[in-house]
Amino acid sequence: MAQHLVSIENVDMRYGGASGTLAVAGLTVKVGKGEFAAVVGPSGCGKSTLMKLVTGLHIPQSGAVVVANKHVTEPVSIVGMAFQNPTMLPWRTTLDNILLPLEIVERHRHRLRAHKKEYVEKAEALLETVGLKGFGSKFPWQLSGGMQQRANLCRALIHEPELLMLDEPFGALDAFTREELWCVIRDLHAAQGVTIVLVTHDLREATFLADRIFVMSARPGRVLKEHTVPFARPRDLDIMYEKGFNDMVHELHGEIAQARVVA
Amino acid sequence: MSSAAEDTKPAMPVRAPLTAGMSFVKLAPWIYTIALFALWELLVIALDMPQTILPAPSRVFQAIVQYWSPIWKNSLQTLYTTTVGFAIAVVAGLGLGLFIGWSKTIYAGLYPLMIGFNAIPKVALVPILVIWFGIGAVPAILTAFLISFFPIVVNVATGLATIEPETEDVLRALGAKKLDIMLKVGIPRSMPYFFGSLKVAITLAFVGSVVSETVASNYGLGNMMSSAQSQFNVPLVFAGLLMLAVEGIAMYALMAWIERRMTGWAHRSTMSH
Ligand SMILES: Nc1ncnc2c1ncn2[C@@H]1O[C@H](COP(=O)(O)OP(=O)(O)OP(=O)(O)O)[C@@H](O)[C@H]1O
Ligand SMILES: [Mg+2]
Repeated sequence: MAQHLVSIENVDMRYGGASGTLAVAGLTVKVGKGEFAAVVGPSGCGKSTLMKLVTGLHIPQSGAVVVANKHVTEPVSIVGMAFQNPTMLPWRTTLDNILLPLEIVERHRHRLRAHKKEYVEKAEALLETVGLKGFGSKFPWQLSGGMQQRANLCRALIHEPELLMLDEPFGALDAFTREELWCVIRDLHAAQGVTIVLVTHDLREATFLADRIFVMSARPGRVLKEHTVPFARPRDLDIMYEKGFNDMVHELHGEIAQARVVA
Repeated sequence: MSSAAEDTKPAMPVRAPLTAGMSFVKLAPWIYTIALFALWELLVIALDMPQTILPAPSRVFQAIVQYWSPIWKNSLQTLYTTTVGFAIAVVAGLGLGLFIGWSKTIYAGLYPLMIGFNAIPKVALVPILVIWFGIGAVPAILTAFLISFFPIVVNVATGLATIEPETEDVLRALGAKKLDIMLKVGIPRSMPYFFGSLKVAITLAFVGSVVSETVASNYGLGNMMSSAQSQFNVPLVFAGLLMLAVEGIAMYALMAWIERRMTGWAHRSTMSH
């Protein structure tokens, strides 16, 4: 048990009081340390709710959420989050946006002023990994959507989180930019050993990136099926044209289509 | 009051295909103003208006020169009461706006109260202010304050209350407290709304101070105009109106300039929709 970084056990989560929407019911998800997990499922099935449960933004009515061997009763600061909407602050430069988490997280906020240079170097190194070298001084509104999403990833990573939660981060991007960012994430995961949970609608994205894929049922969400992705790492974009890959995508597609019908 | 918030919308970039077109845009306000005065002058001549009803602009300018000393003194007095009232409104409006925007409960509880307060014509409060403070500068300052602080409060509170939930989630997940979120996101984000509201507030402040001076003061443009009126000195009344317009435009321009200086990013980005 101890090797699981994230463990959600039999969790029920209802929004808005006793008569509110039951978003997830009997949800059980376990993600090991260093693993790359993807969560797929029909729209409105509680995927974003799962993210909020893990990060401690919502506390479930029943069941247990344990992250890094601690019961989640308040926001856990070992996570980095990125959403579909990059939510960069327009009055800060890209670099200052990326440094923002350091002004919040307990561990860093008292060191920030004295060690500013070291942190700025780290942010610039991150910008370089995502292909944004030299864009730190630009304001977010001077960047394209894809570039903002890259910066958003840097912001999620700056405080060296053990766990990276990504909620459809590439949803609004064009196909080529998306593939490019898949490779960025793949390489980050390989290089830093960070645990990643990715919520996505894109089944190819899930299959290409993840070690394990959780398929959720329609609302109230629970895990219908758990797949282990067999392809060896490092994976190349070309594997998406292999038969085994397409078969897996096809299978996932069938399961989600079925989950939608059942609802 | 939402118009103030809308003012902070990103300005469309002004395209200038022709330099001649560009300079015309810059000159346009002057040309239109001169045209208005010319039209007014012509109308008075054509209709042979007596100056006790509608004096021609030339007559008004003559009055300005003739009565320059009292006009100048009273203009300064009005500018003084207006800016003091406005300054109090800025401080109080910012403070109350931050307080109201702080939490959803306070917002929900105080908002109807604010609307009710705003519905009261501030003119009706002048007699009460006179009973409390006597006639003079104090009621004028307070009326200017009361009338101008509402748009500031509403705009600041709106800026705070409309933080994107995702931004809040990202920060809260990092362990941010309410105060962190307010300092890092809420307050900077409400600044364009705040500076935008200053333009509306300053013009309202003039309305407040002049109304109060008219009924309850021995100084100021309001008082000058009401005594000029009782002596049928209509050109002087119009001279006072003209001075008010000039002061109003000047202060508005100042606020617009401050807004551009402080929150230029809001005009570039698409944040404030
Ligand atoms: N703040 C909220 N208040 C009330 N109900 C909510 C709230 N957030 C989500 N829900 C409900 O909970 C259910 C699950 O929502 P959630 O956002 O987790 O879905 P999702 O799987 O992320 O959907 P999508 O794929 O469209 O993003 C939905 O039916 C939604 O109506
Ligand atoms: Mg979602």
